[in-house]
Amino acid sequence: MTALRREAVQAWLLVLPACVMLAGFTHIPAVATLIESLYTTPRGARPARFIGLDQYRALLDDPVFFQALGNNALYAAATIPASVVLALLMALAVDSRLPGRAALRLAYFTPTMLPMIAVANIWLFFYTPDYGLLDQLGGMVGLGRHNWLGDPTLALWSLIAVAVWKEAGFFMIFYLAALQAIPPHLREAAALEGAGRMTVLRRVVLPLLMPTTLFVVVNAVINAFRLVDHVVVMTRGGPDNSTTLLLYYIYETGFRFWDTGMAAALTTVLLLILSALAALQFGVLGRRVHYR
Amino acid sequence: MHRRTLLAAAGLLAAPSILRAQAAASIGFYYPVAVGGPIPAIIDGYCQQFRAETGIEVKPVYAGNYSETLTKAQTAIRAGQGPSLAVLLAAEMHSLQDADVLASLDQLGPVDRGWIEGFYPAFLANSGAAGKLWSVPFQRSTAIMYYNKQAFAEAGLDPDRFPRTWAELAEAAAALTKRDGAGRVTRWGVKLASDVGNAQWTFGALANQAGHRLMNEAGTETYFRDPKAVEAMEFWHGLAARHGATPAGSTAWSTLSPDFLEGNAAIVQHTTGNLANVRSKAGFPFGVAGLPGKAEPRTVVGGGNLYFFKHASAAEREASLRFARFLTEPARAADWSIRTGYIATRPEAYDTPALRDYVAQVPAAGVAKDFLPVATGELSTFENQRVYKLLGDNIQAALTGAKTPAQAMADTQSEADRILKPFRA
Repeated sequence: MTALRREAVQAWLLVLPACVMLAGFTHIPAVATLIESLYTTPRGARPARFIGLDQYRALLDDPVFFQALGNNALYAAATIPASVVLALLMALAVDSRLPGRAALRLAYFTPTMLPMIAVANIWLFFYTPDYGLLDQLGGMVGLGRHNWLGDPTLALWSLIAVAVWKEAGFFMIFYLAALQAIPPHLREAAALEGAGRMTVLRRVVLPLLMPTTLFVVVNAVINAFRLVDHVVVMTRGGPDNSTTLLLYYIYETGFRFWDTGMAAALTTVLLLILSALAALQFGVLGRRVHYR
Repeated sequence: MHRRTLLAAAGLLAAPSILRAQAAASIGFYYPVAVGGPIPAIIDGYCQQFRAETGIEVKPVYAGNYSETLTKAQTAIRAGQGPSLAVLLAAEMHSLQDADVLASLDQLGPVDRGWIEGFYPAFLANSGAAGKLWSVPFQRSTAIMYYNKQAFAEAGLDPDRFPRTWAELAEAAAALTKRDGAGRVTRWGVKLASDVGNAQWTFGALANQAGHRLMNEAGTETYFRDPKAVEAMEFWHGLAARHGATPAGSTAWSTLSPDFLEGNAAIVQHTTGNLANVRSKAGFPFGVAGLPGKAEPRTVVGGGNLYFFKHASAAEREASLRFARFLTEPARAADWSIRTGYIATRPEAYDTPALRDYVAQVPAAGVAKDFLPVATGELSTFENQRVYKLLGDNIQAALTGAKTPAQAMADTQSEADRILKPFRA
């Protein structure tokens, strides 16, 4: 009994640091945000007062909020598949025995090593109308001027391209590691059975990559909602909110307008969306993943 | 280091309290940079001079553009570690006062009326509320036009006569717009900033040009639905849609300077504070002129004032006031104006030999000052950043064709009414 008890105490002590971290940086702030979203924003001499769900009701009347949601949905729907598929293709390319593949791997990985702020500033030059890189290249083949970041129909897609360019290299590293962990005898066995390259890819390689795919997709989803540095540098949400993503809207509401109550309500919405997506991923996709 | 701190602390404890009150050893100072050029080096130099004169260390922190500096200062203040003073947009006064973070001038120490009365009245326009002064003019400007004289000559325009009316400007800008054989524009006639944070400044000037003021003194009412405001928006929209003289869609402030220097824009509307930068980098003869107007030239003041924060101790407040007086001394105001292009905030600075000689030598430096009498105050309301964003979004919607100018202005007004409602008595 006492031995069991001591073991239990020891076990609790061992998980204590993790618990403290998790509570301090995840759970307590989340609960505090939820509570704060039920109060008005304190301003100067006016203290916060309880208003229940009024902030959420105000959100339903806020067209910018819905635009941010829509933008973010499109942004996620475009960046996630594009960056994951591109990462897989790049990993397959540099996994084969090409000459100079070390240089190629480095080239693919470079965007990941650069901070997003630096990346955004480089792309800002690419996107400059008239004399930026893209317009100069386009000009050579007779394309006209594009106001890449100043035209509401192009601006979000311009940001999506930056995000895919930045993220694919990062995901490639995981795929590359997973590809190299596949035992060669599995491929050899498949080859002996007379399977072609495509069949090997489809029936052997891809299924064995599923745990990595799950991990990569979870990360891609998080990044689609988390990474807004390039919005700050390149467009500040404009023109006319066409590149406002949810997190950027939260930042703007919280730290430019200092409407902390509304920002808390927006954060709660973001938390709900992320929780729902995580549940979906682990519930649906997780069941189809084969772990060794 | 540690021992020195201890010694200093012991010294403080031993000193009589009256000495302690004077002994602010260092104060924090946030400032933004909105133009090109070596502004941080100039500010650092002033801080070092101030230290040599008074023994007080001013720690300058470059904090980004105007809105970033505002965010950083407010965040730091909320965390209890804010600066003692900061340069923020003059137009933020109502919002900052509402946030209850400011110390008024009379809370800093004895204020010399003569010093205050020595500023240009136009620059004090955004400083007073509730019978008190809340900021001191420092980095002040008006919007002016920079134009490429070579391009003017090429287009058959007189390089020494800048357009004075909207019609003349539109005509000149259309003539200045150059296209290559394939119809691609190689040089735009004119460019105005329309990104969030700058669009409202451009528009403030345009509204004044139509003879309209966008808000009331108290910062609780806005007048966007007025036909004159719509007219100003229509003119701006028409520069692209009707005259093809400016790019469609939105144009970022940060690209105006490079565009002008690269020869991609023949005229840009920018701040006087950019004069030194353009002078040092332009590879062609350029001119500076006041903004045109619907009937005659009109412009808008802009730029930053020195704000003081109430969380600072009495000693820090006093040191901040001393630093503000130091920065606005005529000789230093003249030096600041020469090295940046910002307008010296006091008429007496223009009587100093340095600035008098400079203006004689570089007539462009005197242009902005001469347009002060036709300058209006900057758009300034409660919830200022929110109103700026709202107006910026709608201006962009109008420029990109998503809304008509009238619709954009009507939408701005109804949303501004909602935002400002709690502040109306």
